[in-house]
Amino acid sequence: MGVFTMPSLGADMEAGTLVEWLKQPGERVDHGDIIAVVETDKGAIEVEVFEAGEIEALLVDPGQSVPVGTALARIAGDGHAEGHVSDDAGIDTDKPPAAAAAAVSPPEQKRPPRIAAELRASPAARTLAADRGIDLAAITGTGPDGAIQLSDVESAGVQPATAHSNGVDPSAMRRAIAAAMGRSKRDIPHYYLMHRIDMAPTLSWLSKYNEARAPAERLLLGVVLLKAAAVAVGDFPDFNGFYKADGYQPSEAVHVGSAISIRGGGLAAPAIRNTAEHSLPDLMKKLRDLVARTRRGELRSSEIGDPTVTISSLGERGVDSLWPIIYPPQVAIIGFGSPRTHPWASDDALAIRPVMNVSLAGDHRANDGHRGALLLRHIEELLAHPEDL
Amino acid sequence: MPEIRALVIEEIEAIAPDVAPVTIGDDEDVRDALDLDSMDIFNLIAALHQRTGIDIPDAEAARFVTVGGAVQWLLENGPG
Repeated sequence: MGVFTMPSLGADMEAGTLVEWLKQPGERVDHGDIIAVVETDKGAIEVEVFEAGEIEALLVDPGQSVPVGTALARIAGDGHAEGHVSDDAGIDTDKPPAAAAAAVSPPEQKRPPRIAAELRASPAARTLAADRGIDLAAITGTGPDGAIQLSDVESAGVQPATAHSNGVDPSAMRRAIAAAMGRSKRDIPHYYLMHRIDMAPTLSWLSKYNEARAPAERLLLGVVLLKAAAVAVGDFPDFNGFYKADGYQPSEAVHVGSAISIRGGGLAAPAIRNTAEHSLPDLMKKLRDLVARTRRGELRSSEIGDPTVTISSLGERGVDSLWPIIYPPQVAIIGFGSPRTHPWASDDALAIRPVMNVSLAGDHRANDGHRGALLLRHIEELLAHPEDL
Repeated sequence: MPEIRALVIEEIEAIAPDVAPVTIGDDEDVRDALDLDSMDIFNLIAALHQRTGIDIPDAEAARFVTVGGAVQWLLENGPG
């Protein structure tokens, strides 16, 4: 038996509003299934479950705002509890009245037939409808089981000029960034390191790789940097984990968060889970999808909630270096400046090379500059042999 | 030419719906004017390749940072 709780989708989150249940009592869920949508400062987040089993009862009604850790659903598990699902012990006992009614549902009950009060709609569709002030009940869905899709909402009304075209509320996001970064600068004793890297081997490998491939199969430099960072922190566990009340806990898994800017202001740093285990082409697909969903305000709980380290990459058109701020409770953030051609001393001669500055901000409570320097050198070595990544 | 320009604009709006509707001069850099990044340019080239069937070499990607450059390149390298 497990209890699915309101997840913490970032260090700054104290409460979330349950927007919608995507599973009903009696339905089976598997590890990684999206079972609910929760509204946060970062937009509507699709929340995943990390236990396989059958939903016994939903304990919170849509529209309710509850603190992080509040029991949302009971799951009769057939596996071990993990992630957002905790054992029964010590859970919140003051359950809302919905619990009693839901708990008597027969366990083998099928999904109830669709009724007007239970509209099925994708998070993107819901967000867009809210932005445009369109009532979902007035829209005919064309998706599976009549679910309302983004395109249904798009064709349902004309967007007013002032509406946000994504699901992100800029002022709420700014408050969330302020809270997390303020806490970081207050609590985390940052130290900073910077290292210049000759990027000629990486870039020439990349252009050869891309030359032979159709546009959609190509790679961006950012993906190579992401993979190199993931492999490197996997070898340096003192930079990959969480600093909490009881001290530093390294993480065995490496989930690298990528800082993704949102046009018009704000950013989010969702993770690609188990980053180092994916091939470069897989990572490219995942990053494309992640960037698109971040900008539409459609992130999933696991992407927001558990990055173990973050990278911030300025891309082609940024500046030389950055000194990033750690996302608590993480203990390190790696910054990649824009590669630029520079004079470079090579074997007693002067050469012109594409050079990139890689920086590291470390939490001195969890790691120190000597190890940080080794980490940056390790990234340099990995980038010199991109074919092995 | 007007059709190709409309196609390029349509694809920019599809890959970055948050910048739609796009009104942009032919010579403006979309990275400055619309705040598109390398991922957006990547998606634009992939989408134009899929729509037109014209193979766009990676080395030509720099031409696609303006609408005028993209249209010109597609006209020069398109079928017939």
